[in-house]
Amino acid sequence: MERFSLSRLFFRRFIKDKLAMAGSVVVLLLFIVSMAAPLIAPYDPADIDVKQILMGPSPAHLLGTDQLGRDVLSRMIWGARISLKVGFVAVGIATTIGIVFGAVSGYYGGWIDNVMMRFVDIMLCFPAFFLILAVIAFLEPSIWNIMVVIGITGWMGMARLVRAEFLSLREREFVLSAKALGASDMRIIFRHILPNAMTPVLVSATLGVAGAILTESALSFLGIGVQPPTPSWGNILTAGKDNIEIAWWLSLYPGLAILVTVLGYNLLGEGIRDSLDPRLKI
Amino acid sequence: MNSEKLLEIKNLHKSFPIKGKLFAKDIGAVRAVNGVSLSIAKGEVLGLVGESGCGKSTLGRCILRLIEPDGGEVLFEGANLLRLSGREMKGKRRDMQIIFQDPYASLNPRMTVGDAIGEGLLVHGIAKGTEKRKKILELLSMVGLRPDSIDKYPHEFSGGQRQRIGIARALALYPKFIVADEPVSALDVSIQAQIINLLESLKNDLGLTYLFISHDLRIVEHLCDRVAVMYLGEIVETAKTADIYSNPLHPYTQALLSAIPVADPEFKRERVILTGDIPSPISSPKGCPFHPRCKHVMERCKSEAPVLKEEGGRNVACHLYYRPHIR
Repeated sequence: MERFSLSRLFFRRFIKDKLAMAGSVVVLLLFIVSMAAPLIAPYDPADIDVKQILMGPSPAHLLGTDQLGRDVLSRMIWGARISLKVGFVAVGIATTIGIVFGAVSGYYGGWIDNVMMRFVDIMLCFPAFFLILAVIAFLEPSIWNIMVVIGITGWMGMARLVRAEFLSLREREFVLSAKALGASDMRIIFRHILPNAMTPVLVSATLGVAGAILTESALSFLGIGVQPPTPSWGNILTAGKDNIEIAWWLSLYPGLAILVTVLGYNLLGEGIRDSLDPRLKI
Repeated sequence: MNSEKLLEIKNLHKSFPIKGKLFAKDIGAVRAVNGVSLSIAKGEVLGLVGESGCGKSTLGRCILRLIEPDGGEVLFEGANLLRLSGREMKGKRRDMQIIFQDPYASLNPRMTVGDAIGEGLLVHGIAKGTEKRKKILELLSMVGLRPDSIDKYPHEFSGGQRQRIGIARALALYPKFIVADEPVSALDVSIQAQIINLLESLKNDLGLTYLFISHDLRIVEHLCDRVAVMYLGEIVETAKTADIYSNPLHPYTQALLSAIPVADPEFKRERVILTGDIPSPISSPKGCPFHPRCKHVMERCKSEAPVLKEEGGRNVACHLYYRPHIR
């Protein structure tokens, strides 16, 4: 007897998928780098050295220095922490709201579902980025505000996804059988339906992390995200934009970091989705 | 047999609206259960037979309020279940359980067998911890499963074993009444016999009452004390099993019974072949629902729906057997 043979099958497929593996390696590396930032960053990211302003890549400063003489590599390593934090907290908030909203809407159905889904439609009418800009304009720009705002403007897709899963799962016989036993709605939702709806949620959340990182970078690039001197890939890019003619490294490396990270999360998410072929679902 | 009624259904209705487009009116309704009245005595096994889509399962689920009926009464030990509040209904659920057709869909794939069987005990606060585990092990042995099944997941079991898990889950609360919704239709013939024997011995040991929904007439003949035949959401005939198999009255019952295969190549019998399809329950025919397919059809059948009436211990809804009312 093979226990957990389904998850074993999933891993077998996942390991064979080269792109998904590349994505996981990127994500894993980012985790390690963020965790070990104080250990592996060669300089203090806030260390200003006026004698070393805008120096190109060299053995002393592998990725060069910025307009204040700070080491770009060290700033990027610390910036990875910010990206990861924003990605996970924002997606965590969005996923939580989305699951609760979608679960209530899909489980109870009827007019409740109608009202809730129309609200989702209304939320989707606003272009997300401008909604964030507008909200941020009223708030003090801080990393926590950014995370919360990205979270509460990005839950609608998750809500729709969870609702669709609930709509189909609530008619399943094991749910009816729990109802026949007298299980409460809460128990049915959290113990029976939600665990069986988690795989698409996981895929969507992974893809969502990429989106959140991109949004944070864009906000920081525009100067309303993470505020200097805290390093973030977005605000390094801003400095790069001002000095693009003389210091290409200031734009190239953080840009590449964003590209590779977003790509990594997307590949990981798609890999998980492909490995969880619907035929595998019980 | 004790003739005390355990369950009585009176004029039960359930229809499913077919939604029109946005802002438009509903197009129509599928009348799945259309004025059904039935009663089941304590300790009895009532077989409910009929074609696919005739509303058998809907009726079974309406009785347990897994689907809310639109109207009618479901009296369980004299109390109308449809009037009960959520809390009162939860109490009643201890007494009535359901076994489903598809053993692959009726168990939560992410719950261990022990958790699934023990769920009722937990929900009703009957047993916890080691006491609960002891009860679950008892139930496992009752349905013929090994004790080490308790920590496994449903996908590690075969269809027949899963159905046993489903039965143990339903039995955990020691119910009085069980709706068995085609419990063996999804199983191999050899496994079917095992499950049927299990259901039979459990009935005798625990004094259960079954509503046995099936389209397999041979199993019904073997297991049931009484049979109700359903056609297009209505009961067309009910009688003791022996009576209905030896002398079916309703033309539909006759057709159904003549379709039972017999394992004898020499055997010849008059086969009643039904012409036409089962009519759409959305626009069920006027008058008797069976008249478009009936070979004894009369003018009266097309306009006036026959009602289920008792005569000589037999209940049949057909104009062939009753003279028109003299006004």
